[in-house]
Amino acid sequence: MMISLQTLEHSFREMLRIRLFEERVRREFGKGDMPGFVHVYVGAEAIAVGVCSQLEQTDMITSTHRGHGHCLAKGVEIAPMVAELYGREAGLCHGRGGSMHIADFSKGVLGANAIVGGGIGIAVGAALAAQTLKDGRVAVTFFGDGAANQGVLHESMNLASIWKLPVVFVCENNGWAESTPASYSISVSDVAIRAAGYSIPGVVVDATDYSAMHVAAEQAILRARMGNGPSFIEAKFPRQVGHFVGDGEAYRSRDDRKSARQLDVIARTRLELESRGVDVGAIVDELGKLIGGELDSAFAAARDSKWPNIDELESYVYSN
Amino acid sequence: MSIATSSQMVEMTFLKALNDAISFSMRNDSRVIVLGEDIAGGAGQGAPLEGSMGGTFGVTKGLLEEFGNARVRDTPISEAGITAATVGAAMGGLRPILDLMWASFAPNCFDQILNQAAKLRFMSGGQAKLPLVIRMAVGGGLRAAAQHSDTLYPLFTHIPGLKVVVPATPEEARGLLIASINDDNPVIFLEHMALYRTTGLVQLEPIAMELGKLGIMRQGSDLTIACVGQAALLGMDAAELLAKEGIDAQVISLRTLQPIDNEGLVACVKETSRLVVVEEGPPRCSISADIAASINESLFGRLLAPIGRVNSAATPVPFSPPLEDAHLPSVARIVEACHRVMTF
Repeated sequence: MMISLQTLEHSFREMLRIRLFEERVRREFGKGDMPGFVHVYVGAEAIAVGVCSQLEQTDMITSTHRGHGHCLAKGVEIAPMVAELYGREAGLCHGRGGSMHIADFSKGVLGANAIVGGGIGIAVGAALAAQTLKDGRVAVTFFGDGAANQGVLHESMNLASIWKLPVVFVCENNGWAESTPASYSISVSDVAIRAAGYSIPGVVVDATDYSAMHVAAEQAILRARMGNGPSFIEAKFPRQVGHFVGDGEAYRSRDDRKSARQLDVIARTRLELESRGVDVGAIVDELGKLIGGELDSAFAAARDSKWPNIDELESYVYSN
Repeated sequence: MSIATSSQMVEMTFLKALNDAISFSMRNDSRVIVLGEDIAGGAGQGAPLEGSMGGTFGVTKGLLEEFGNARVRDTPISEAGITAATVGAAMGGLRPILDLMWASFAPNCFDQILNQAAKLRFMSGGQAKLPLVIRMAVGGGLRAAAQHSDTLYPLFTHIPGLKVVVPATPEEARGLLIASINDDNPVIFLEHMALYRTTGLVQLEPIAMELGKLGIMRQGSDLTIACVGQAALLGMDAAELLAKEGIDAQVISLRTLQPIDNEGLVACVKETSRLVVVEEGPPRCSISADIAASINESLFGRLLAPIGRVNSAATPVPFSPPLEDAHLPSVARIVEACHRVMTF
């Protein structure tokens, strides 16, 4: 599948931006002053970018504990994201959420959700709002293969189907639900097969192939936008990194880990761009400097910025 | 509205008062929708069958006809899915009212209540607004047995981020439901099944009641009987019996458990110096225990007797009528508790 060179190059830049962000998060986390734990989006970039680059700012997404990529692809700014990772007042959620709960409603990000499958039904509800208000918005929910076995996914698919809601289900299947392999825990070879049980068109996409991901997302979003109902995309890719930063993956063979790293969407897209005559080295240098500089100042600023005021401990529990 | 109209009172059932609150709110604001299992009935069959049920108890009867099936939606039996959709719909700009049928079904969607509805505003640093109401029927006495009779009052009250409302009369039902729909927070609205057919005087003009203010149902100077929801009716009967013995009991409907009107309660108990709390539900970690603790903190030196508590037994709700009757709070047990507090 071919997409325009312009689109591919733009998306490559977006994916690289996420990769640079996540690699920096990994490094900085190692310094020990970032509270809690983080899950990085390395290797999945094509999914967030393939989908979110074709959404409007007013469209709504729900994300997962591994949500940095979704946020960046949906237009969330780096500095307040980083401040949130450090639990600071300047963070997107004023330090109340952290990595696993980043939200930016101004960009349509209704929140990362640390309950596996927690965001699925919320996106269905957001789509119900869009349908009822007839405002043309669509909703997308990202979830992992672990969520494929959550009951709420099935209830939500059924509901979206009977009400023909403008929602796209995107299953990011990296083969592992923490330490449990999808090959063991999922009764079917492809999660997308299950969509048929709810009369929802389901496709399996190789998420290391950016163009394929982009086209699948385009069709699903269009279907939602036209009022033709939900779609299901299972985006498959091998998990290149541990479940969380610091996960030694003792449960996984060395060979499996090594081969996963060889199937990288950034490397693959780079080759494709080069074969189409693009000077990717120049793009990598340019972005390395640009995003690198932005990350330098975002991390420095976050570390220097204020903690939330403990007098405001009880803020944000209720809306007045 | 003229003042003359607003002061007019009409007799109404609890059920009709709820129906009135919902239709009033739906007429006022097109973002208000209702969804839930069997809330219309006969979804998709078309008139005259469709909408004929109007919910298990008939609370939502007539809404489908007036507002159409985009705003009045029968749902599949998928508590997790429909509660999550309610949360998402609120975040997407609607003001949904979900009918969960029975509070005993809430465990099926506890993630959506505890982790999503209650926490999303906080976790997003105040970005999320969740104007939603989850209605549930609660309580025993209908021989519905353990899986259709829970009250779960303290369970919901325990969770920061939720508001919890427990009307006792038709007037409270209407005023508190309108206020709950108007509220920008997730509200758990608990309707005791024994109340649906009860009647009472209601202001003709639909008026919201402030959440977080208790209602004094009967003035009295000897002791205060503070009641959760339907227990207020038992409290009123107990007060009548006590009056015959010359004991003048004040009866309070707490109306909302979160926020709770601690200030109002302290003001009442300051006057009487004696308190009995009546709550249908097991005694441990209960509303009665919570109120006893807070009143002790505020009024320890003024109390003339230990705070009395009347709760259900610490068992699931039994099916067999004599067992269920023994399980539930009763007028006799309230009178007994009041005697203990009066004679301490």
